[in-house]
Amino acid sequence: MRITQGTFSFLPDLTDAEIRAQIEYALDQGWAIGVEYTDDPHPRNFYWEMWGNPMFDLRDAAGAMGEVLACRKAHGNAYIRVNAFDSSRGFETTRLSFIVNRPAEEPGFLLKRHEVAGRQIQYTIESYAAARAPEGRRYE
Amino acid sequence: MTNAPLPVASDPIERVDLNALLADSHITEVLDELDGELVGLRPVKARIRETAALLLVERARKSLGLAGGSPSLHMSFTGNPGTGKTTVALRMAQILHRLGYVRKGHLVAVTRDDLVGQYIGHTAPKTKEILKKAMGGVLFIDEAYYLYRPENERDYGQEAIEILLQVMENQRDDLVVILAGYKERMQTFFRSNPGLSSRIAHHLDFPDYSPGELLEIALRMVHQMQYTLSDSALGALRDYIPLRMNQPHFANARSMRNALDRARLRQANRLFALEGRELTRGDLMTIEGEDFRASRVFQ
Repeated sequence: MRITQGTFSFLPDLTDAEIRAQIEYALDQGWAIGVEYTDDPHPRNFYWEMWGNPMFDLRDAAGAMGEVLACRKAHGNAYIRVNAFDSSRGFETTRLSFIVNRPAEEPGFLLKRHEVAGRQIQYTIESYAAARAPEGRRYE
Repeated sequence: MTNAPLPVASDPIERVDLNALLADSHITEVLDELDGELVGLRPVKARIRETAALLLVERARKSLGLAGGSPSLHMSFTGNPGTGKTTVALRMAQILHRLGYVRKGHLVAVTRDDLVGQYIGHTAPKTKEILKKAMGGVLFIDEAYYLYRPENERDYGQEAIEILLQVMENQRDDLVVILAGYKERMQTFFRSNPGLSSRIAHHLDFPDYSPGELLEIALRMVHQMQYTLSDSALGALRDYIPLRMNQPHFANARSMRNALDRARLRQANRLFALEGRELTRGDLMTIEGEDFRASRVFQ
Protein backbone atom coordinates (compact mmCIF):
# COMPACT_ATOMS: atom_id res chain seq x y z
CA MET A 1 0.00 0.00 0.00
CA ARG A 2 1.47 3.28 -1.13
CA ILE A 3 1.92 5.78 1.68
CA THR A 4 0.40 9.12 0.89
CA GLN A 5 1.77 11.72 3.26
CA GLY A 6 2.67 15.30 2.55
CA THR A 7 2.59 17.27 -0.65
CA PHE A 8 2.55 15.54 -4.08
CA SER A 9 2.00 12.14 -2.50
CA PHE A 10 -0.84 11.28 -4.86
CA LEU A 11 1.39 11.96 -7.85
CA PRO A 12 3.87 9.48 -9.24
CA ASP A 13 7.20 9.62 -7.40
CA LEU A 14 9.09 12.82 -8.17
CA THR A 15 12.19 12.52 -10.31
CA ASP A 16 15.42 14.03 -9.04
CA ALA A 17 14.99 16.98 -11.40
CA GLU A 18 11.51 17.58 -9.98
CA ILE A 19 12.75 17.30 -6.39
CA ARG A 20 15.45 19.79 -7.21
CA ALA A 21 12.95 22.18 -8.75
CA GLN A 22 10.77 21.98 -5.63
CA ILE A 23 13.76 22.68 -3.38
CA GLU A 24 14.67 25.57 -5.64
CA TYR A 25 11.15 26.92 -5.22
CA ALA A 26 11.34 26.62 -1.43
CA LEU A 27 14.70 28.41 -1.35
CA ASP A 28 13.30 31.19 -3.53
CA GLN A 29 10.63 31.68 -0.85
CA GLY A 30 13.38 32.06 1.74
CA TRP A 31 12.58 28.78 3.46
CA ALA A 32 15.10 26.52 5.18
CA ILE A 33 15.41 22.89 4.05
CA GLY A 34 15.55 19.81 6.25
CA VAL A 35 15.94 16.18 5.23
CA GLU A 36 14.40 13.46 7.43
CA TYR A 37 14.00 9.71 7.21
CA THR A 38 12.12 6.96 9.00
CA ASP A 39 11.13 3.34 8.69
CA ASP A 40 7.97 3.78 10.71
CA PRO A 41 5.42 5.14 8.27
CA HIS A 42 2.55 5.44 10.75
CA PRO A 43 0.66 8.64 9.93
CA ARG A 44 0.92 9.79 13.55
CA ASN A 45 4.68 9.44 13.53
CA PHE A 46 5.46 13.12 13.01
CA TYR A 47 9.03 13.11 14.23
CA TRP A 48 11.25 11.43 11.74
CA GLU A 49 14.99 11.08 12.20
CA MET A 50 16.88 14.15 11.08
CA TRP A 51 19.49 13.67 8.39
CA GLY A 52 21.94 16.30 9.60
CA ASN A 53 20.81 19.72 10.68
CA PRO A 54 18.28 21.73 8.74
CA MET A 55 20.03 23.87 6.16
CA PHE A 56 19.65 27.60 6.49
CA ASP A 57 20.78 30.39 4.17
CA LEU A 58 21.14 28.20 1.11
CA ARG A 59 20.90 29.96 -2.22
CA ASP A 60 20.98 27.02 -4.56
CA ALA A 61 19.34 23.60 -4.52
CA ALA A 62 22.61 21.78 -5.20
CA GLY A 63 23.59 21.66 -1.52
CA ALA A 64 20.25 20.32 -0.27
CA MET A 65 20.01 17.95 -3.20
CA GLY A 66 23.41 16.55 -2.23
CA GLU A 67 22.04 15.77 1.22
CA VAL A 68 18.96 14.07 -0.25
CA LEU A 69 21.20 11.86 -2.37
CA ALA A 70 23.51 11.12 0.56
CA CYS A 71 20.54 10.20 2.74
CA ARG A 72 19.18 7.98 0.00
CA LYS A 73 22.54 6.25 -0.24
CA ALA A 74 22.57 5.55 3.49
CA HIS A 75 18.86 4.76 3.90
CA GLY A 76 17.78 3.68 0.43
CA ASN A 77 15.08 1.42 1.81
CA ALA A 78 13.42 3.91 4.12
CA TYR A 79 11.05 6.82 3.75
CA ILE A 80 12.84 10.10 3.17
CA ARG A 81 11.13 13.45 3.11
CA VAL A 82 12.18 17.01 2.45
CA ASN A 83 10.74 19.67 4.72
CA ALA A 84 10.78 23.37 4.03
CA PHE A 85 10.54 25.70 7.02
CA ASP A 86 9.24 29.24 6.94
CA SER A 87 10.50 31.50 9.73
CA SER A 88 8.70 34.67 8.72
CA ARG A 89 6.38 34.48 11.75
CA GLY A 90 9.24 34.16 14.19
CA PHE A 91 9.28 30.40 14.51
CA GLU A 92 10.10 27.71 12.00
CA THR A 93 6.88 26.41 10.48
CA THR A 94 6.71 23.59 7.99
CA ARG A 95 5.35 25.02 4.77
CA LEU A 96 6.14 22.19 2.45
CA SER A 97 6.87 18.55 3.13
CA PHE A 98 7.14 15.84 0.52
CA ILE A 99 8.41 12.29 0.29
CA VAL A 100 11.47 11.86 -1.92
CA ASN A 101 12.23 8.19 -1.30
CA ARG A 102 10.20 5.15 -0.26
CA PRO A 103 10.99 1.47 0.28
CA ALA A 104 10.68 -0.84 -2.69
CA GLU A 105 7.91 -2.74 -1.02
CA GLU A 106 5.33 -1.09 1.24
CA PRO A 107 3.30 -3.71 3.11
CA GLY A 108 0.72 -1.26 4.41
CA PHE A 109 -1.31 -1.28 7.64
CA LEU A 110 -3.41 -3.66 9.65
CA LEU A 111 -6.73 -2.26 10.78
CA LYS A 112 -7.31 -3.35 14.38
CA ARG A 113 -10.78 -3.42 15.89
CA HIS A 114 -10.84 -3.17 19.62
CA GLU A 115 -14.16 -3.92 21.28
CA VAL A 116 -14.86 -1.91 24.42
CA ALA A 117 -17.80 -1.46 26.79
CA GLY A 118 -21.19 -1.63 25.14
CA ARG A 119 -19.79 -3.50 22.12
CA GLN A 120 -18.45 -0.20 20.91
CA ILE A 121 -15.56 -0.56 18.46
CA GLN A 122 -12.34 1.47 18.60
CA TYR A 123 -10.20 1.40 15.50
CA THR A 124 -6.50 1.68 15.25
CA ILE A 125 -3.95 0.92 12.55
CA GLU A 126 -0.64 -0.80 12.83
CA SER A 127 2.12 -0.88 10.25
CA TYR A 128 3.03 -4.38 9.13
CA ALA A 129 6.56 -3.20 8.57
CA ALA A 130 6.88 -1.80 12.09
CA ALA A 131 5.44 -5.00 13.54
CA ARG A 132 7.76 -7.38 11.77
CA ALA A 133 11.17 -6.12 12.90
CA PRO A 134 12.79 -3.55 15.17
CA GLU A 135 13.77 -0.15 13.89
CA GLY A 136 16.40 -0.17 11.18
CA ARG A 137 15.60 -3.70 9.91
CA ARG A 138 12.00 -3.28 8.82
CA TYR A 139 12.46 -3.03 5.08
CA GLU A 140 15.39 -5.34 4.56
CA MET B 1 40.57 4.54 -36.10
CA THR B 2 39.28 7.44 -38.17
CA ASN B 3 38.82 10.95 -36.93
CA ALA B 4 35.33 12.40 -36.98
CA PRO B 5 35.07 15.09 -39.65
CA LEU B 6 35.64 18.54 -38.24
CA PRO B 7 32.67 20.89 -38.50
CA VAL B 8 32.95 22.99 -41.64
CA ALA B 9 32.87 26.71 -40.98
CA SER B 10 30.89 27.50 -44.10
CA ASP B 11 27.94 25.41 -43.03
CA PRO B 12 25.15 27.90 -42.18
CA ILE B 13 23.99 26.01 -39.07
CA GLU B 14 27.53 25.86 -37.79
CA ARG B 15 27.79 29.54 -37.07
CA VAL B 16 27.54 31.48 -33.91
CA ASP B 17 27.48 35.24 -33.42
CA LEU B 18 29.91 36.16 -30.65
CA ASN B 19 28.63 39.71 -30.53
CA ALA B 20 25.08 38.53 -30.07
CA LEU B 21 26.23 36.24 -27.25
CA LEU B 22 28.10 39.15 -25.72
CA ALA B 23 25.10 41.46 -25.88
CA ASP B 24 22.91 38.66 -24.59
CA SER B 25 24.99 38.13 -21.47
CA HIS B 26 25.06 41.85 -20.50
CA ILE B 27 28.61 41.18 -19.52
CA THR B 28 29.91 44.40 -21.01
CA GLU B 29 28.04 46.45 -18.43
CA VAL B 30 29.68 44.60 -15.55
CA LEU B 31 33.09 44.94 -17.14
CA ASP B 32 32.57 48.64 -17.76
CA GLU B 33 31.35 49.07 -14.21
CA LEU B 34 34.46 47.31 -13.04
CA ASP B 35 36.62 49.63 -15.10
CA GLY B 36 34.74 52.69 -13.95
CA GLU B 37 34.40 51.89 -10.28
CA LEU B 38 37.79 50.50 -9.50
CA VAL B 39 40.82 52.72 -9.72
CA GLY B 40 44.02 51.26 -11.15
CA LEU B 41 44.37 47.45 -11.02
CA ARG B 42 45.14 47.37 -14.72
CA PRO B 43 46.57 43.82 -14.82
CA VAL B 44 43.60 42.50 -12.85
CA LYS B 45 41.08 44.12 -15.15
CA ALA B 46 42.92 42.78 -18.18
CA ARG B 47 42.86 39.25 -16.74
CA ILE B 48 39.16 39.50 -16.00
CA ARG B 49 38.46 40.59 -19.55
CA GLU B 50 40.51 37.66 -20.83
CA THR B 51 38.65 35.27 -18.58
CA ALA B 52 35.32 36.68 -19.72
CA ALA B 53 36.37 36.25 -23.34
CA LEU B 54 37.38 32.65 -22.67
CA LEU B 55 34.07 31.88 -21.04
CA LEU B 56 32.13 33.52 -23.83
CA VAL B 57 34.00 31.56 -26.48
CA GLU B 58 33.47 28.44 -24.41
CA ARG B 59 29.76 29.13 -24.49
CA ALA B 60 29.84 29.68 -28.23
CA ARG B 61 31.66 26.37 -28.64
CA LYS B 62 29.11 24.65 -26.49
CA SER B 63 26.26 26.00 -28.61
CA LEU B 64 27.85 24.26 -31.59
CA GLY B 65 28.27 21.05 -29.66
CA LEU B 66 32.04 21.30 -29.25
CA ALA B 67 32.54 19.74 -25.87
CA GLY B 68 35.64 20.93 -24.16
CA GLY B 69 34.53 20.08 -20.67
CA SER B 70 33.55 22.95 -18.44
CA PRO B 71 36.64 25.04 -17.77
CA SER B 72 38.05 25.11 -14.29
CA LEU B 73 37.23 28.51 -12.85
CA HIS B 74 38.76 28.34 -9.41
CA MET B 75 41.02 31.29 -8.82
CA SER B 76 43.54 32.70 -6.47
CA PHE B 77 43.72 36.40 -5.74
CA THR B 78 47.00 37.49 -4.28
CA GLY B 79 47.90 40.94 -3.10
CA ASN B 80 48.47 43.13 -0.11
CA PRO B 81 45.58 44.11 2.13
CA GLY B 82 43.22 46.72 0.79
CA THR B 83 44.00 46.14 -2.87
CA GLY B 84 40.42 45.28 -3.74
CA LYS B 85 40.41 41.49 -3.67
CA THR B 86 36.98 41.15 -2.07
CA THR B 87 35.48 43.84 -4.27
CA VAL B 88 36.78 42.18 -7.41
CA ALA B 89 35.55 38.80 -6.14
CA LEU B 90 32.06 40.26 -5.86
CA ARG B 91 32.27 41.48 -9.45
CA MET B 92 33.68 38.15 -10.53
CA ALA B 93 30.63 36.43 -9.08
CA GLN B 94 28.41 38.73 -11.13
CA ILE B 95 30.39 38.12 -14.29
CA LEU B 96 30.29 34.34 -13.85
CA HIS B 97 26.58 34.56 -13.17
CA ARG B 98 25.90 36.61 -16.31
CA LEU B 99 27.86 34.11 -18.35
CA GLY B 100 25.91 31.26 -16.85
CA TYR B 101 28.82 29.57 -15.07
CA VAL B 102 27.30 29.94 -11.63
CA ARG B 103 23.57 29.77 -11.16
CA LYS B 104 22.97 32.38 -8.47
CA GLY B 105 26.01 34.66 -8.47
CA HIS B 106 26.25 35.34 -4.74
CA LEU B 107 29.51 35.59 -2.85
CA VAL B 108 30.13 33.77 0.41
CA ALA B 109 33.21 35.25 2.07
CA VAL B 110 34.79 33.10 4.78
CA THR B 111 38.02 32.72 6.71
CA ARG B 112 39.62 29.75 8.48
CA ASP B 113 37.30 30.07 11.47
CA ASP B 114 34.24 29.44 9.32
CA LEU B 115 35.64 26.22 7.86
CA VAL B 116 37.75 24.60 10.54
CA GLY B 117 36.26 23.14 13.68
CA GLN B 118 37.61 23.03 17.19
CA TYR B 119 37.53 19.34 17.91
CA ILE B 120 37.58 16.03 16.07
CA GLY B 121 34.56 15.61 13.85
CA HIS B 122 33.64 19.26 13.93
CA THR B 123 35.44 20.34 10.79
CA ALA B 124 33.72 18.26 8.12
CA PRO B 125 30.14 19.35 8.91
CA LYS B 126 31.29 22.95 9.29
CA THR B 127 33.07 23.00 5.95
CA LYS B 128 30.24 21.19 4.25
CA GLU B 129 27.71 23.64 5.60
CA ILE B 130 29.64 26.58 4.17
CA LEU B 131 30.06 24.77 0.87
CA LYS B 132 26.32 24.16 0.71
CA LYS B 133 25.68 27.83 1.30
CA ALA B 134 28.11 28.76 -1.44
CA MET B 135 26.61 26.38 -4.02
CA GLY B 136 25.44 28.26 -7.06
CA GLY B 137 27.82 31.09 -6.26
CA VAL B 138 31.36 31.92 -5.37
CA LEU B 139 33.16 30.86 -2.20
CA PHE B 140 35.77 33.44 -1.25
CA ILE B 141 38.30 32.17 1.28
CA ASP B 142 40.24 35.09 2.66
CA GLU B 143 43.74 34.41 3.96
CA ALA B 144 43.44 30.86 2.76
CA TYR B 145 46.96 29.92 3.93
CA TYR B 146 45.73 29.82 7.52
CA LEU B 147 43.92 26.61 6.56
CA TYR B 148 47.24 24.85 6.49
CA ARG B 149 49.40 24.87 9.58
CA PRO B 150 52.47 22.75 8.95
CA GLU B 151 53.78 23.25 12.48
CA ASN B 152 50.84 21.30 13.88
CA GLU B 153 50.30 17.98 12.19
CA ARG B 154 47.07 17.38 14.07
CA ASP B 155 45.58 20.63 12.86
CA TYR B 156 42.05 20.21 11.48
CA GLY B 157 42.75 22.62 8.60
CA GLN B 158 43.98 19.76 6.47
CA GLU B 159 40.59 18.10 6.73
CA ALA B 160 38.90 21.26 5.47
CA ILE B 161 41.34 21.42 2.56
CA GLU B 162 40.58 17.83 1.60
CA ILE B 163 36.81 18.40 1.56
CA LEU B 164 37.36 21.58 -0.37
CA LEU B 165 39.47 19.77 -2.94
CA GLN B 166 36.87 17.12 -3.44
CA VAL B 167 34.13 19.64 -4.09
CA MET B 168 36.37 21.78 -6.28
CA GLU B 169 37.00 18.78 -8.46
CA ASN B 170 33.62 17.05 -8.49
CA GLN B 171 31.18 19.93 -8.33
CA ARG B 172 32.78 22.41 -10.64
CA ASP B 173 29.39 23.33 -12.04
CA ASP B 174 28.03 24.11 -8.61
CA LEU B 175 30.53 26.54 -7.23
CA VAL B 176 33.67 28.51 -7.90
CA VAL B 177 36.29 28.84 -5.18
CA ILE B 178 38.49 31.91 -4.88
CA LEU B 179 41.45 31.74 -2.50
CA ALA B 180 42.86 35.06 -1.43
CA GLY B 181 45.76 36.35 0.59
CA TYR B 182 49.24 37.83 0.64
CA LYS B 183 51.31 36.79 -2.32
CA GLU B 184 54.31 35.19 -0.59
CA ARG B 185 52.26 33.27 1.93
CA MET B 186 49.90 32.02 -0.77
CA GLN B 187 52.86 30.75 -2.75
CA THR B 188 54.15 28.81 0.25
CA PHE B 189 50.62 27.52 0.81
CA PHE B 190 50.33 26.30 -2.79
CA ARG B 191 53.75 24.71 -2.65
CA SER B 192 52.79 22.64 0.34
CA ASN B 193 49.37 21.77 -1.16
CA PRO B 194 50.09 20.81 -4.76
CA GLY B 195 46.63 19.29 -5.13
CA LEU B 196 45.09 22.65 -4.48
CA SER B 197 47.37 24.62 -6.71
CA SER B 198 46.87 22.26 -9.65
CA ARG B 199 43.14 22.80 -9.45
CA ILE B 200 43.42 26.54 -9.69
CA ALA B 201 43.73 27.78 -13.22
CA HIS B 202 43.60 31.51 -12.73
CA HIS B 203 46.08 33.37 -10.59
CA LEU B 204 45.41 37.09 -10.31
CA ASP B 205 47.94 39.30 -8.66
CA PHE B 206 46.72 42.59 -7.25
CA PRO B 207 49.40 45.29 -7.40
CA ASP B 208 49.70 47.96 -4.74
CA TYR B 209 48.22 51.32 -5.62
CA SER B 210 50.38 54.27 -6.57
CA PRO B 211 50.00 57.48 -4.53
CA GLY B 212 48.01 59.03 -7.40
CA GLU B 213 45.61 56.08 -7.45
CA LEU B 214 45.24 56.20 -3.69
CA LEU B 215 44.33 59.88 -3.93
CA GLU B 216 41.71 59.11 -6.52
CA ILE B 217 40.31 56.31 -4.38
CA ALA B 218 40.16 58.65 -1.39
CA LEU B 219 38.39 61.31 -3.43
CA ARG B 220 35.80 58.79 -4.57
CA MET B 221 35.23 57.71 -1.00
CA VAL B 222 34.82 61.36 0.04
CA HIS B 223 32.27 61.77 -2.69
CA GLN B 224 30.43 58.61 -1.67
CA MET B 225 30.30 59.73 1.95
CA GLN B 226 28.89 63.05 0.75
CA TYR B 227 31.73 65.21 2.00
CA THR B 228 33.90 67.68 0.15
CA LEU B 229 37.56 68.49 0.70
CA SER B 230 38.67 72.09 0.99
CA ASP B 231 41.79 73.07 -0.95
CA SER B 232 43.87 72.85 2.18
CA ALA B 233 42.45 69.40 2.92
CA LEU B 234 43.31 68.21 -0.58
CA GLY B 235 46.86 69.43 -0.10
CA ALA B 236 47.05 67.76 3.29
CA LEU B 237 45.74 64.49 1.87
CA ARG B 238 48.36 64.66 -0.90
CA ASP B 239 51.08 65.03 1.72
CA TYR B 240 49.49 62.40 3.91
CA ILE B 241 49.49 59.55 1.40
CA PRO B 242 53.26 59.08 0.87
CA LEU B 243 53.86 59.47 4.60
CA ARG B 244 51.25 56.86 5.42
CA MET B 245 52.60 54.48 2.79
CA ASN B 246 55.91 54.34 4.58
CA GLN B 247 54.36 53.52 7.91
CA PRO B 248 53.79 49.98 9.13
CA HIS B 249 50.41 48.30 8.62
CA PHE B 250 49.70 50.23 5.47
CA ALA B 251 46.65 48.66 3.83
CA ASN B 252 46.13 50.57 0.58
CA ALA B 253 42.50 51.57 0.05
CA ARG B 254 41.55 50.45 3.54
CA SER B 255 44.07 52.88 5.05
CA MET B 256 42.50 55.62 2.96
CA ARG B 257 39.10 54.79 4.35
CA ASN B 258 40.45 54.81 7.88
CA ALA B 259 42.18 58.13 7.31
CA LEU B 260 38.93 59.60 6.08
CA ASP B 261 37.00 58.18 8.99
CA ARG B 262 39.42 59.78 11.43
CA ALA B 263 39.25 63.07 9.53
CA ARG B 264 35.48 62.94 9.87
CA LEU B 265 35.89 62.40 13.58
CA ARG B 266 38.13 65.43 13.89
CA GLN B 267 35.81 67.47 11.72
CA ALA B 268 32.94 66.62 14.04
CA ASN B 269 35.00 67.67 17.05
CA ARG B 270 36.04 70.87 15.33
CA LEU B 271 32.41 71.70 14.58
CA PHE B 272 31.51 71.04 18.19
CA ALA B 273 34.18 73.44 19.33
CA LEU B 274 32.48 76.23 17.39
CA GLU B 275 29.96 76.71 20.16
CA GLY B 276 27.07 79.07 19.55
CA ARG B 277 27.39 79.22 15.82
CA GLU B 278 24.80 77.86 13.48
CA LEU B 279 26.28 75.41 11.02
CA THR B 280 25.63 75.61 7.32
CA ARG B 281 25.38 72.74 4.93
CA GLY B 282 28.86 73.64 3.74
CA ASP B 283 30.25 73.42 7.27
CA LEU B 284 28.84 69.96 7.71
CA MET B 285 30.17 68.76 4.38
CA THR B 286 33.63 70.25 4.32
CA ILE B 287 36.71 68.55 5.68
CA GLU B 288 39.51 71.06 6.28
CA GLY B 289 43.24 70.62 6.06
CA GLU B 290 43.62 70.70 9.81
CA ASP B 291 41.44 67.60 10.07
CA PHE B 292 44.17 65.69 8.27
CA ARG B 293 47.14 67.61 9.64
CA ALA B 294 46.25 66.58 13.18
CA SER B 295 47.02 62.97 12.26
CA ARG B 296 49.95 61.30 14.04
CA VAL B 297 51.35 60.49 10.61
CA PHE B 298 52.43 64.11 10.30
CA GLN B 299 54.29 64.09 13.63
